[in-house]
Amino acid sequence: MKTIFNGIINENPIFVLTLGLCPALAITNKFENALLMGICLMVILLFSNFLIAIIKKLVPDNVKIPVYVLIIGTFVTIVEILIDIYVPVLQTSLGIYLPLIVVNCVVMGRAMSVASKKGVGTSILDAIGIGIGYTLALILIALVREILGAGTITIMDGISSLTGYKLILELPTNNLFPINIFTGPAGAFITLAFFVALLTKIKGGNTHESH
Amino acid sequence: MSLISLFFTSILSQNIILTRFLGICPFIGTSNKEKNAIHMGLSVILVVTLSSIITYLIYYYVLVATDTIYLRTIMFILVIASMVQLMDIVLKKYFITIHNTMGLYLPLITTNCAVLGTTLLVINNSYTFMETITFSLGSSIGFTLVIYIFSTIREKLDTSDISPSFKGIPIALLTAAIMSLVFVRYI
Repeated sequence: MKTIFNGIINENPIFVLTLGLCPALAITNKFENALLMGICLMVILLFSNFLIAIIKKLVPDNVKIPVYVLIIGTFVTIVEILIDIYVPVLQTSLGIYLPLIVVNCVVMGRAMSVASKKGVGTSILDAIGIGIGYTLALILIALVREILGAGTITIMDGISSLTGYKLILELPTNNLFPINIFTGPAGAFITLAFFVALLTKIKGGNTHESH
Repeated sequence: MSLISLFFTSILSQNIILTRFLGICPFIGTSNKEKNAIHMGLSVILVVTLSSIITYLIYYYVLVATDTIYLRTIMFILVIASMVQLMDIVLKKYFITIHNTMGLYLPLITTNCAVLGTTLLVINNSYTFMETITFSLGSSIGFTLVIYIFSTIREKLDTSDISPSFKGIPIALLTAAIMSLVFVRYI
């Protein structure tokens, strides 16, 4: 339990470790995309952490990185094929950021720092914690960006071909929104900057109190 | 789209860092000195352009021909990793002075999503061979331009009075936000 919460709060991959920022900025313009990206990353992280933790004794130190990249790449390819079969719409909404999970520092970082050092159980729990932390961070950024930028919350749009119905919440905005800039690249940078600053502030406050 | 306009779009209004968010880690991590930024940028230009050309050829003449497109991601990352390794060896043997300045950044480039990102974008946008060269060259020059500009801004940021919670990454991201406004909206 402690390992899981550690990944969500103390070592939140985006807000605290600031790893894997590319997807956090790129596909957080819609709530739906953020959620799906988070799930994809969590699944890949879970399987790669699991496999690496099992085979860690078989891999010599000097070929660690290529072997890990191949393992992660294999799981990314499996997810890609599954998405291509069941929800081809996602190929367009997640675009190149799905294959880019191969070079996502979060997955590689966890493989190097946890899966290659600790036991199978710890690695799985860590993957779950980090996965949830990553997904929550993506969702938070996406909520801020979509509400401010478009005045909507898209829960089911692309995957409506799978679930059967669409669900897009329209918020009563009173012409205050949308602030178009938030759906664009600049809004992504601004939102993430404020989240990281907020967390630094909160954490700074915490350590100050404990002293 | 003509090649010249593709070249300038990929440098400016479709900048790889500021609009596609590829290569954010080196953008924030390594660009604190002007000289480092330029060396990093030069290695990226070399690696991105070469790997785009090689992956283009592999994709169309090997993967498509043998009907194994699904191996794209794994194939590309393998090509990039081995090419970086090869470049490291060649530079060390024949161009030791270049290796001394760029060698430090070469291993980092393998996991730089700008490289894999560009090669994937080339395939997704179904560019021709000439367009591939233009696009990858433009993108990597755009990358270098942005990390160079940012490194000069960062030297000023280091000496300015910033609220403690905004120091480091948050202020870097805010700077990137303003830069992306300039690159995307007004050019």
